[in-house]
Amino acid sequence: MKQRSTPPANQPPSSSSSTVRLSPPGKKNPVARTRQPTLPPTPRSRRALGLTRAAALGRFELQVCPACDTVQYPPREVCGACLSHELRWQSVNAEGVLLASTTLHHSNDLYFRERLPWRVGTVHMDAGPSVVTHVHQDCADGARVRLTLRLDRSGQAVMIALPEKDTPHMADDPVLRETSCDPKFRRVLITDGKSAAGQALAIALLQAGASTIFLGDPQPWRHNAAYASLLQDERIQAVTLDVTDTDSVQRVAASLGGKVEILINTADLEREGGVMSARDVNVARDALDINVLGLMRLAQHFGPALCARAADETRNAVAWVNILSIYAQMNLPARGMWSASKAAALSLSQCLRTEMRSAGIRVINVFPGPLDHEWEQRTPPPRVTPQALAQAVVRGLKQGTEDVYVGDVAQEFCERLAENSKALERELGA
Amino acid sequence: MTRRRLGYDGVLAACPVSVPYARYSTHSAHWWLGRALFELLRASGLKKADVDGLCVSSFTLTPDTAVGLTQHLGMAPRWLDHIPMGGASGVVALRRAARAVQAGDADVVACLAGDTNHVDSFRNTVSQFSRFAQDAVYPYGAGGPNASFALLTAHYMARTGATREDFGKLCVAQRDNALRYPHALMKKPLSLDQYLGARLITDPIHLFDCVMPCAGADAFLVMSADRAKTLGLTGVRILSTIERHNAWSDDPIQQRGGWTMDVDDLYALAGRGPQDMDFMQAYDDYPVINLMQIEDLGFCAQGAAPQFVRDNTFTIAGSFPFNTNGGQLSVGQAGAAGGYLGLVEALRQLTDTAGGTQVAQAQTGLVSGFGMINYDRGLCTAAAVLARSDT
Repeated sequence: MKQRSTPPANQPPSSSSSTVRLSPPGKKNPVARTRQPTLPPTPRSRRALGLTRAAALGRFELQVCPACDTVQYPPREVCGACLSHELRWQSVNAEGVLLASTTLHHSNDLYFRERLPWRVGTVHMDAGPSVVTHVHQDCADGARVRLTLRLDRSGQAVMIALPEKDTPHMADDPVLRETSCDPKFRRVLITDGKSAAGQALAIALLQAGASTIFLGDPQPWRHNAAYASLLQDERIQAVTLDVTDTDSVQRVAASLGGKVEILINTADLEREGGVMSARDVNVARDALDINVLGLMRLAQHFGPALCARAADETRNAVAWVNILSIYAQMNLPARGMWSASKAAALSLSQCLRTEMRSAGIRVINVFPGPLDHEWEQRTPPPRVTPQALAQAVVRGLKQGTEDVYVGDVAQEFCERLAENSKALERELGA
Repeated sequence: MTRRRLGYDGVLAACPVSVPYARYSTHSAHWWLGRALFELLRASGLKKADVDGLCVSSFTLTPDTAVGLTQHLGMAPRWLDHIPMGGASGVVALRRAARAVQAGDADVVACLAGDTNHVDSFRNTVSQFSRFAQDAVYPYGAGGPNASFALLTAHYMARTGATREDFGKLCVAQRDNALRYPHALMKKPLSLDQYLGARLITDPIHLFDCVMPCAGADAFLVMSADRAKTLGLTGVRILSTIERHNAWSDDPIQQRGGWTMDVDDLYALAGRGPQDMDFMQAYDDYPVINLMQIEDLGFCAQGAAPQFVRDNTFTIAGSFPFNTNGGQLSVGQAGAAGGYLGLVEALRQLTDTAGGTQVAQAQTGLVSGFGMINYDRGLCTAAAVLARSDT
C-alpha cells in the first residue's frame, strides 16, 4: 500500500492525489512473521444488514419511504421524515458531492491501525442524505463523486466514494484493493483445468492481471489439446489434483497452500437423470464425491492455508470461489441428482463462508444457468458460454461480491423464485 | 402563540465540587460519582438524607443508570433524572433541577457527572457510542471523535477561512488559564509554535486539538435561595437557559448548532445580551466547536469567529475570558464530567471561589454545552446565563 503524502500543516486538508500504480510484489521474506488477519469493525444493527445484502449482490440500495419518498441513511426503523414504518430497500442515485475529507493517521481499531493513513469523508448525496464514507484517493474535496457499496474484510457493507469518472489504475487504490478480491498480481488455483470453464477462467484471470495460474489436472493420463496449449504460457502451471483423493489434495496443499491467493473450484461431475430413473446410486455417489466431498477435502486442506495468509503484506489471500449452478437453489428434475449435489455444495459453502469470514477470506458462490459444454448438449439455448462464466467470475472478484448470477436463465430464475417458488418448482418439472 | 417563559427566581446553584481528574483509574464510575456526592455533602453541610433529588450523567456507569446508583449510594430521592447528553449534560441538569426545586418536587438536587477511564474504556465507548455510529461511522476507519471533528473542522476552515493559528490562539490561551487551575492534567505551558508543530492525528486535527480522555467527576447542588441562606451557602442565580436537540438536520454538514434556534430566547429571558457576559465557558472538545459557539451565541456573525479570535484575547485577564480553568483541552475530558467542567467553573467565578483562575469582578457569565456525535454531527446544544446572587 502506497503512503499518501500528507498536506503541509497549515493547509486545509485532503485534496486528492492520483492513484499510485501497484507494482508487482517482491519475494516474500521467508523468516519474517506473516501478518495475521484482523478484521474491520463487524457489529451492525439488523436493519443495516440491508446494505450488506445489496453489497453482496453488487447493488447500491438504500431504504426509501414509500409514503414520502425520503431516502434514508443511516438505516432506520421508521422514516425520519414522516414516520412510516414500511421502508423499502431500493436502488437510488448514488451520486453526490464530497463536502469534506480527512486522512486518518490514528485509529482506535487494530485493522485500520495496520493500514494507516486512511481516507474518509462526508458525501452529500443528490438523493438527500449525508454519508460518512471511505474515500478513493482520486476524489477531490468539493468534487462530484459516486458512491458504491462494497463488502469489507469483515463481510459487512461499507460505502466508498469513487471519482465521478474512472481514473487510471483506480482499482489499485488501497480501499478498493482491501474491499475487492482483484486477481491482479495474485496466484490462482483452478481445481479442474480440463473443464471448459476452468480453461476459460485461466485465460480471463491472466487477462485480469493474475500472476500465476495453477491449473488442476484430475486425469493426467487423458490428453486434452486445449489444456496442453494453455501450458505453453509460462504463467500457467499444471498441477495433478484429484479432489476425490484425499492424499492428492493434501499433497498439493502442502506444496501450493502458501502460494495461492484465490482458489476456484471448478471440479464438477454433471450427469442427466433424476431419482427413480437411476437404477442404482453409483453415479450419485461419484457426483457427491466430486461436487460435495471434493469441496470439503479442498476446504480442509487449503482453507487453513488461505486463512493464515489473509493479511500477508506481500500478497494476501482473498477469495474462495465455488462454481455451482442456479439449480443449487431449486432442483431441476431432469438433472435431479446433479442438482441435489450442487445444493449440498451450496449448503456446505455457507458453512465455509462463515468459517472463513473470521480471517476475511471471501467465499464467492457462482450460479450460472446451463453451461454451453458437452454435458448440456441437449439443453436448449440460452446457455452460458465458458467465457461469459469466466468474465462474470472476474467481475465478481473485482467487485468483491458474494453471489454471482450468470446469464439470462439464472437472472430470470431469481425473479421467479422470489415471485412464486411453488410455481417455479412446478415449471422446472414440466 | 408562545407562552411567556417563567424565570428561575428563587433558585440557586451552589457548591461546585470537582474530584481531581486522573489519566487512568482502576475504579468504576460509581466510585467517582460517590466521591462527588461525598464532597457535595462536605461542602454544604447537608446529610445524605437531605438530598431528595438526584441527577446523574455518566458514560461508563453501564449497565447501571441513575436508578442503580441510588441503591449503590444508599439514597432515597423523590426526584431522579439520568441525562445521557454528554457535553450538554451540565446545563441540562441545571435547568431541570431548577424547575424541580421551583415546583417543589425536590428541595435539594445533587447534580453529578463522572466517568472512569480504564486503559480500554475510550475504545469501548467510541465503538458502541450509538446505533448510527456503530452502523455508519465506526466501520470507516474507527477514528472516533477525531475523525468526526476533522471533517467538521476541514469544512469550517474551507468555508470561513479559519486557520490553524486561529484555533491555536484559543488552545494556547486555554493552556495559560489551565496553569492556574490545580486540577488540570496539563501542567506545562503551550506555545503557538508547539501547537502548530504537533503531531498530525487526522488532518487538520493535530495533537493539541484533541482532549485527553481521563477519569474524574464534577458536581453541584441546586436548591432554593432560602435553603441556601439557611445553610450559609453562596449560590449563583440562573438568569436563563436553553436546550435544543438535532437542530438543522437538513444542513448537509454541521456548520451551526441548535443554539442559533434559541439564542434570542436565551438573552431575552436573561434580560442581558452577549456584551454583558464577563466570561464564557464553552464546550471545547475540539477548537472548531469553540468558534461555532462564539458565533451561534451571538458574539459575532456567522462565519466571523476567526476574525473575532484575531481581535480578542482569551486568558483570564484578556478581552474575552474564555474557558477560564483551561477547558477540557487542558484539564482533560472525564467523559460526561466534560459537560460539567464549564458549569462548575462558572459557579466558582460567580461566588469568588475560583482561586487562581478568578476573573476580576465577574458578575455575569455564559455557560454552553454541546454533546453527542450520534452520527455525523453533535446533536445536543444547551446554554445558561448565570449571575452572582449577592448583587
